[in-house]
Amino acid sequence: MNLFFYIAAVVALISTIMAISGRNAIHSLLYLILSLLAVSVIFYLLDAPFIAALEVIIYAGAIMVLFIFVTMMLNIGVEKRTEKKWLNPRMWIIPSVLTAILLIDFILALKIIHVSPPDNNVILPKQVGISLFSTYLLAVEIAAILLMAGVIGAYHLGSQKKKVTHRFLEKK
Amino acid sequence: MLTVPIEIQILFAGILFLIGLVGLLVRRNMIFMLMSIEIMFNSAGLVFIIAGNHLKQPDGQVMFIFILAVTAVEVAIALALILQVYHHYKTLDSDAINKLKD
Repeated sequence: MNLFFYIAAVVALISTIMAISGRNAIHSLLYLILSLLAVSVIFYLLDAPFIAALEVIIYAGAIMVLFIFVTMMLNIGVEKRTEKKWLNPRMWIIPSVLTAILLIDFILALKIIHVSPPDNNVILPKQVGISLFSTYLLAVEIAAILLMAGVIGAYHLGSQKKKVTHRFLEKK
Repeated sequence: MLTVPIEIQILFAGILFLIGLVGLLVRRNMIFMLMSIEIMFNSAGLVFIIAGNHLKQPDGQVMFIFILAVTAVEVAIALALILQVYHHYKTLDSDAINKLKD
């Protein structure tokens, strides 16, 4: 069991690094999907099979397909222009050093805290559903409102507006 | 039964988060920035699942479902904005959007 965890973790880390450092947007998105699938394996190992299924269906399925649609619609291939200047190794130094400091800080903090060992019963999806619709009912309603706002906002932002200026007034 | 120490599990989630952070700081292409934000969201959800598994409470998984909903909304809005930006500027470089400056 532990071996599976470590394998999935290594795959997730490598594919995430490949995803953020790639030049081609489509290749990076496919690496990101691989990373999400590896994380979903970890969810399964953590006794959350329902969440693992949601990760595959919604994250890797719906959200990433949305990304790929937009990337293909905009026809973005390999990077051109300005980002080349940003992608030389020098630009990676300062953010990487800063986050490495954060990582060391995090490891030290994890060494100091003491966590008691877990109990032994498994959480079933049924408990999750009961909790979702009793304790967190208000939050579910707020999430519904947020989703509706998202739909309206995406429709408004995504619609192409008609031109209102006369063609003689257009600046070339 | 998974017997990996919880420190290692949380460390994995933290490293994933920091990779996303580096990506957000370094990349200038808006698609890549959005992908980095996705990575960070995902690792935050992973911490919730780890904690829920550790404490044997369903609340962690409930929180992950909320994170999923928020992420879906965020991606939809952000991609619509990216489409508009591309329509206006013909580029996805976030440094190109500086009309407010002059």
